[in-house]
Amino acid sequence: MKSPHSGLLFLGLILLALPLLLPNAFYFDIANRMAINAIVVLGLNLVIGFAGQISLGHAGFFGIGAYASAILPTHFSWPPVAAILAGAIGAALLAYAIAPPIFRLRGHYLAMATLGLGVVISIVLKNEAVYTGGPDGMAVPPLSLFGLEPVGEKQWYWLFAAVLLFSVWACQNLIDSPFGRALRALHGSEIASQMAGVDVARYKLAIFVLSAFFASIMGSLTAQYVGFITPNVADFFHSIELVTMVVVGGMASVYGSLVGAVLLTALPQALVTFEGWETVAFGAILMLSMIFMPRGLVPTFAAKLGRRR
Amino acid sequence: MLSQLLQFIFSGITVGATYALAALGFTLIYNASNVINFAQGEFIMLGGMLTVFFLKSGLPLSAALVLAVAIPACVGVLVEKFAIEPAKGADTVSLIIITIGASLVLRGLMQIWQGKSPAVFPAFSGDLPISIAGAALAPQSLWVLGGSVVIVLALWLFFSRTLAGKAILATSADSLAAQLVGVNTQWVLMESFALSAAIGAIGGILLTPITMTSYDVGIMLGLKGFVAAVVGGLGTGLGAVAGGLLVGLIEALTAGYISSAYKDAAPFILIFIILFFMPRGLFGGKSTERV
Repeated sequence: MKSPHSGLLFLGLILLALPLLLPNAFYFDIANRMAINAIVVLGLNLVIGFAGQISLGHAGFFGIGAYASAILPTHFSWPPVAAILAGAIGAALLAYAIAPPIFRLRGHYLAMATLGLGVVISIVLKNEAVYTGGPDGMAVPPLSLFGLEPVGEKQWYWLFAAVLLFSVWACQNLIDSPFGRALRALHGSEIASQMAGVDVARYKLAIFVLSAFFASIMGSLTAQYVGFITPNVADFFHSIELVTMVVVGGMASVYGSLVGAVLLTALPQALVTFEGWETVAFGAILMLSMIFMPRGLVPTFAAKLGRRR
Repeated sequence: MLSQLLQFIFSGITVGATYALAALGFTLIYNASNVINFAQGEFIMLGGMLTVFFLKSGLPLSAALVLAVAIPACVGVLVEKFAIEPAKGADTVSLIIITIGASLVLRGLMQIWQGKSPAVFPAFSGDLPISIAGAALAPQSLWVLGGSVVIVLALWLFFSRTLAGKAILATSADSLAAQLVGVNTQWVLMESFALSAAIGAIGGILLTPITMTSYDVGIMLGLKGFVAAVVGGLGTGLGAVAGGLLVGLIEALTAGYISSAYKDAAPFILIFIILFFMPRGLFGGKSTERV
């Protein structure tokens, strides 16, 4: 993957060829979930991998989007697309409001604050049962775009594939822009980049808001795709899953995000056969991959290939 | 009115004492290794669940208690030896994920072994509440408070009077310098994991007769212990104790006066407010970053 475009072309070909290989709707569903996770993880990787800020509450933003697309059309008869936008703007505003105090924090204090944000959002979703249906969840009205409704796993597949391709392209452009260089400088050393004239606070804010916006949109689309949501979409464990995908795939690596999302979405499916041992196996795999490849899969293999050449 | 307030305060400091023990566990490991151990909550769970198991299998209470503290301590050492030590020098995020992986393994194993149903054993000295100014205090609450005070005092003696304790302090101040004056820092790491696992387990044992236990209590107890440690300012023992009590009180008062549904949210809102005004917690010292 020397030029970013060859990678994008490769991804596009895979996405085009995949429907020929997928035998039935069940596999399409898994592919869709992989794409959903990949897009959220791309956004989260910008925050964690490129800007170097831990966020343990990202599922909170995903949950805001999911519930916006459920509550606004159901209780206030908003059109679904307007609900998606409202959720995304709401999540972005929330991120914008809490970012300044949160990003004054560092390391574990930052982890604590973002974790708390996610937990509070999921508790609110659980408790406001009049609107959210409480812990039992609620049904989500389908998405309709200009009278078109995606029906079934296959039609949704094309929608998610298109969004994924666009997100990868947008991420790569962002990273190669002056904005992206500033972000990487910030990860290296905040003070040094400040000295070089990077407005640290503004960049952290912008990237956090952007990734909250994306997470919310994906939350909305996921809710409409599945047709039913529970507060679990916003809980601590989902946040951890997302962070794990970032780290296992490789921090600060666009294709790492995709690999992490694909592997960790497939893993629980593969572990179903272990009957009851899923949690243990999932935990063990997390530990092993972090111990032996602390930089994540894609950067580790990229480094190995580079050395051999 | 007053008796009601007193009642909330009683229940607040009782759970608060457990949070304080959990927070001390976080603090110990954080000081020795700069790792936030997200598996801390599982040690609390192990303490309670193991006691239930050993009592059920017919052991006397004293033997059950000793085993239910010793086994988590060994598990703590194993976690350090096989998960933390091999990943030395990894990123903060990677280390957090490793400890979360460890907690999933422990929780999953317990679920397979003991199932999902909640478990409990009878209080140490009966359930007859003591009445103080119109408020009822369960005898087990006194056990929790007394046990916590004893542990805090014992820790204080350990750190101020014994060579082993001072070695841990030296390592947390500067690991390399401690190594140079002959401290076995690897041993210190294992010690602090064993110690914080044992402290967590004791907290779990003492609290179980009041709140019951199950394979998944570790998640919330651990997170709230983390909140308590951060409220006080990561790395200070005094801060951990104060933070634990404060978190417990806020939670009980929220449940009593505002909404019991939102009591779990209260600690996390508290942490926002505190970090907003004091980015390093209540007792966290100022630190300067070297460029």
